[in-house]
Amino acid sequence: MRGSKAIEMWVGLFVVIGLVALFFVAMQVSNLGELRTARGSYKIIARFENVGGLKVRAPVSVAGVTIGRVHGISFDKQTFEAVVDMRIDPAYNTLPVDTSASILTAGLLGEQYVGLSPGSSDERLKDGDEVELTQSAVVLEQVISRFLFNKAGEGGSGKTEEGKGGAAE
Amino acid sequence: MSGDCADKDVVISIRDLVFSRGARKIFDGVNLDIPRGKITAIMGPSGTGKTTLLKLIGGQLRPDRGTVRVDGQNVHKLRLGQLYALRKRMGMLFQTGALLTDLSVYENVAFPLREHTQLPESMIRTLVLMKLQAVGLRGARDLMPAQLSGGMARRVALARAIALDPTVIMYDEPFTGQDPISMGILVKLIHDLNEELGLTSIVVSHDVKETAGIADYIYLISEGQVIGQGVPEAIERSDSCWVRQFMQGLADGPVPFHYPAADYAADLLLEPA
Amino acid sequence: MNQVPPFGSLATMLGPLQRLGHAALKALQKLGRAHLFLVHVMSGLPDLFRRARLLLAQMYSVGVLTVLLIAISGLFVGMVLGLQGYNVLSDFGAEQTLGVMVAASLVRELGPVVTALLFSGRAGSALTAEIGLMKATEQLSGMEMMAVDPIKRIVAPRFFAGFLSMPLLAGLFSAVGVLGGYFVGVGLLGVDQGAYWSQMQAKIDFYDDAVNGFIKSVVFGAIVTWIAVFEGYDSVPTAEGVSRATTRSVVYSAFAVLGSDFVLTALMFGES
Repeated sequence: MRGSKAIEMWVGLFVVIGLVALFFVAMQVSNLGELRTARGSYKIIARFENVGGLKVRAPVSVAGVTIGRVHGISFDKQTFEAVVDMRIDPAYNTLPVDTSASILTAGLLGEQYVGLSPGSSDERLKDGDEVELTQSAVVLEQVISRFLFNKAGEGGSGKTEEGKGGAAE
Repeated sequence: MSGDCADKDVVISIRDLVFSRGARKIFDGVNLDIPRGKITAIMGPSGTGKTTLLKLIGGQLRPDRGTVRVDGQNVHKLRLGQLYALRKRMGMLFQTGALLTDLSVYENVAFPLREHTQLPESMIRTLVLMKLQAVGLRGARDLMPAQLSGGMARRVALARAIALDPTVIMYDEPFTGQDPISMGILVKLIHDLNEELGLTSIVVSHDVKETAGIADYIYLISEGQVIGQGVPEAIERSDSCWVRQFMQGLADGPVPFHYPAADYAADLLLEPA
Repeated sequence: MNQVPPFGSLATMLGPLQRLGHAALKALQKLGRAHLFLVHVMSGLPDLFRRARLLLAQMYSVGVLTVLLIAISGLFVGMVLGLQGYNVLSDFGAEQTLGVMVAASLVRELGPVVTALLFSGRAGSALTAEIGLMKATEQLSGMEMMAVDPIKRIVAPRFFAGFLSMPLLAGLFSAVGVLGGYFVGVGLLGVDQGAYWSQMQAKIDFYDDAVNGFIKSVVFGAIVTWIAVFEGYDSVPTAEGVSRATTRSVVYSAFAVLGSDFVLTALMFGES
């Protein structure tokens, strides 16, 4: 069993390298680094008429900076609206109560995310609060059909309803 | 049949042993008794299953019928734990030595001690050196098995086989392929170890002269049956043609020189199909 | 010569059928033996806790000696992915997502699969040959006669060493591959380095991708080492038998890894 010290050392090194590699894959390559901050985060919800292709764990961003993640999407069978449950990093706890939420698309083919635009109130959103002002996802088919309809109508009934899912009170 | 063995202290007794490999019957009703403290030789032509017999005694193979008793215990009725306990009391020297190629000579001899005992390193060292001294290879302790000659490898294997101080030791063809000197060494070792350690030795071999020289009792096996037995002198003087052919190494006799074939002349004249 | 007996046609029809049945039965028997063998190997696990040294020695020959092969292969695979990915993605103006492509390919598929294939070629074949040779030279038999169970003493440490090494090696492969893609993509082709990492982190999910890839590597590690040690133990104890067993070990490992990869992928990524 001579030379077993060297073998032990090499095996130790091998295990360390392997674990570092796995750690690297977990933290640097995947989104575990961000999931971890989800702990201690606070919850806000928003109701949308249509969430389009929004997925759980989609980013929630303000001014292009990701401050949280979508934690759950459910359907309210009384109001027929989608309820999006978001978890926001506790570092960003200064969002005003009149903040509005809209579902946006990153680039032409990118994934959908929730964009928040802060209002001007002095009151802050707290854990469990609801964002009142929301704007639904833009559904491409609706936009195109509306565009074609407008073309056909040509100045007829010009007033079309935008895809605004007005504030659901 | 165990006439002159009946009064002796029998360590291993084999009764009615039947064993076949595929359709071929290797043993067909073999009866053997191995007396305690003696060197018993089991001889026979190549391919009579002498190695198989040792594996049956060691419980590595299972007979179709018959019993093998070692110290009164039926080997093939034992539970695995009991069988392993029994094997600790049996040493076996394989034809090739069967040394563990990734361990040094020292570690090979220490192997059974490390596996089966919790002895401190200093005591293992003492035991290993004693066993190596007994086979005359204490100076070769740091060599690897690949660096050993065939004879030396067998001596190391012998040292390993006696590491746990077994009561029975089985030698599988210990003399095959050895030069006269290492043959002489092995013959001496088998004889001396038997004397000094009070072992019961079983030597399986077809090297007539060497084996007969050290054996106390000889069994001859052929065609799956014991066809001759007795002390060496009696075997030498046997009037059986077969025994005489085997012991004297005659080319022709009851075991024909020719493999069974059609008539020679007719075979030569036959047109190829 | 011209012998067509009345039942000839029937016999020639039944011949292949019988051979097929024979082969199927033999395969089933072997599968049965392999499972019993695995159970026996598992029973050697408690002993390994007491004698970690045995495991350690095998971790060295199975794991440590494979590290260089895996690291270099991973680097090159990552670099190729960077190059190929850039060519395709730049057509769509999406070269910013190069990191996603490289990392997703590596973490989900190439890391576990290529590592398992290389591992079976480097370590698996060595295990088969080693155990087969030990059998051929009666070392296993000799051990049995010394009242030492060769499956617990020889096979179990090798099996668990392979089982533990594979996930580490697969992780290494993926990590080095991602860095290889980074060198090519960011270093040579001018992809923005922030985009490389941030897109990757945004799109590669810890549970869906990293953990699933890890599970794959664990499964492949078990399969490859199982096949390797079993083929060695089940080999015909001659020089030819061992060489055939070694070939079979690599071939069967490749089939088993790729086949089970499909099943695992369908289970893991099929629904989402």
